[in-house]
Amino acid sequence: MTRQTVVPSIRAVAAAAALATAALSAVPTASAADAAAPDKVARGKYVVSTSGCHDCHTPFKLGPNGPEPDMSRMLSGHPQSLVMPPAPQLPEGPWLVSMAATNTAFAGPWGVSFTANLTPDADTGLGQWTLKNFTDTIRTGRHMGRGRPVLPPMPIPVYNNFTDDDLEAVYSYLRTIPPISNRVPEPLAPAQQTAGR
Amino acid sequence: MAAVVRLRLSLLRACALALAALAALAPAWPQSDDALPERLSGTGLYAPDSTAQLHADVLGFTPQYVLWSDGAAKRRWIRLPAGRAIDASAPDAWQFPPGTRLWKEFSHGGRRIETRYIERGRDGRWRYAAYVWNEQGDDAVLAPARAVTLAVREAPHGRYDVPGRADCTACHEGTTTPVLGFSALQLSGDRDPLAAHAQVPQPDDIDLAALVARGLVRNLPAALSQHAPRVQASAATERAALGYLHANCGHCHNRSGEGAPVRLTLAQSALDGRASRADTLAAAVGVSGRYRAAALAGDAALIEPHAPERSVLVARMRSRQPHLQMPPLGTRIADDEGLALVERWIHQLSPLEEMP
Repeated sequence: MTRQTVVPSIRAVAAAAALATAALSAVPTASAADAAAPDKVARGKYVVSTSGCHDCHTPFKLGPNGPEPDMSRMLSGHPQSLVMPPAPQLPEGPWLVSMAATNTAFAGPWGVSFTANLTPDADTGLGQWTLKNFTDTIRTGRHMGRGRPVLPPMPIPVYNNFTDDDLEAVYSYLRTIPPISNRVPEPLAPAQQTAGR
Repeated sequence: MAAVVRLRLSLLRACALALAALAALAPAWPQSDDALPERLSGTGLYAPDSTAQLHADVLGFTPQYVLWSDGAAKRRWIRLPAGRAIDASAPDAWQFPPGTRLWKEFSHGGRRIETRYIERGRDGRWRYAAYVWNEQGDDAVLAPARAVTLAVREAPHGRYDVPGRADCTACHEGTTTPVLGFSALQLSGDRDPLAAHAQVPQPDDIDLAALVARGLVRNLPAALSQHAPRVQASAATERAALGYLHANCGHCHNRSGEGAPVRLTLAQSALDGRASRADTLAAAVGVSGRYRAAALAGDAALIEPHAPERSVLVARMRSRQPHLQMPPLGTRIADDEGLALVERWIHQLSPLEEMP
């Protein structure tokens, strides 16, 4: 009698605890994550398209209506074939930055920066990057999440406000775009920038 | 029925007592959701009301291969929660129990400048902090979350960089464990006599054998208990060079999938040193990396046998231009002793196909 009365109480407590634990630790299962992938990719495409990624990472070309992104080189960064001459020396004054016509190379007090290849090409793009590499880059402001500082004009302080979910969505979308082999030059130090590339 | 009520009451009382006992034990452990202590003296490193006498539960240690920190003198400590041990079943990725705390103190000219702190909270998450010592040297204050540069007369060029929290993760979260200098390989009793900047362990320092003997490290593979681990190499210079690269580069350049997304791996394994050495050589010797150095030929190898002057790895170690230098943070001046060691090794190195 005693045992029969007490045991259900313990079971009830255990069941309630199990339910609470399950609720607290609920994470998407692999299958749920897979099912959500198309939405995630679509969200990533939306974020990329509305957050100015193409403005710098897709080279501009001169079209009938003026400069426009060359989508045949979508998100592949500064073209390796475009060897930049020395950056112009700006006179003293409020002008600070020079910009290539492609909108992919920028000269300023930091030196010269070239926009990265964001396509999933294994050797020259993000092909070997993990999601962690990508989120770490945005969160730390360091190349590959752990290297040199990511240089202007990459708006790290702005993108740092993305949620982890949105960063994962962007990463997921970037895995789906066509890989383009394009070895972007390394940045130039301030002393080097007049030597060209 | 009266018996049922009595049993319920005694069960409730037992539960209450157990909860009270747990609550009494709890405060000794760091909580990830708590604010970081404002002062170093609040982190558990020192005895109460002291910043000179260490807490009785704190253990000092000295890794055999040290990270170059612009010549700063460094001391290191660990404190494990009472009754808990490190799980060493993965010998290159020790699992530290929640409640683990580690500290590293940096000094220049005999003056304490900064102490860095890592703790693992009850929820398993790691937190990082830096504490800057005051002029009186009687305590250190929590540094801002963003990196700051201090004017320190005794430091090289009079400048000292205190890392931001993101800088901490940049180095400490690039491999399978964020604890970098406290490992089977680093604490091996078989210390490398040619290690660059080698520090002689203090008499009270703990090493691998002592950790195992005291039950603070468990599940260490038998092979490492029987033979103290060492970097596998073909010669003494290579052993020291690979050890140096392991300590200074391996936390980002490794096979964990957490580090830099490049093929270069410079981390050495305590258990399978032959394989990790082979990985390093295969990825670097005669192989062009992703980086193209402006000052070297476009196809320059990361390591060019017999030719350190044509090796990208050396060029980046030597540089302190922020876009180029390696390691990318934590140092403003190149490490001449480490460079000389690595260059000596590369001078002696044979091309991969000629290696035994």
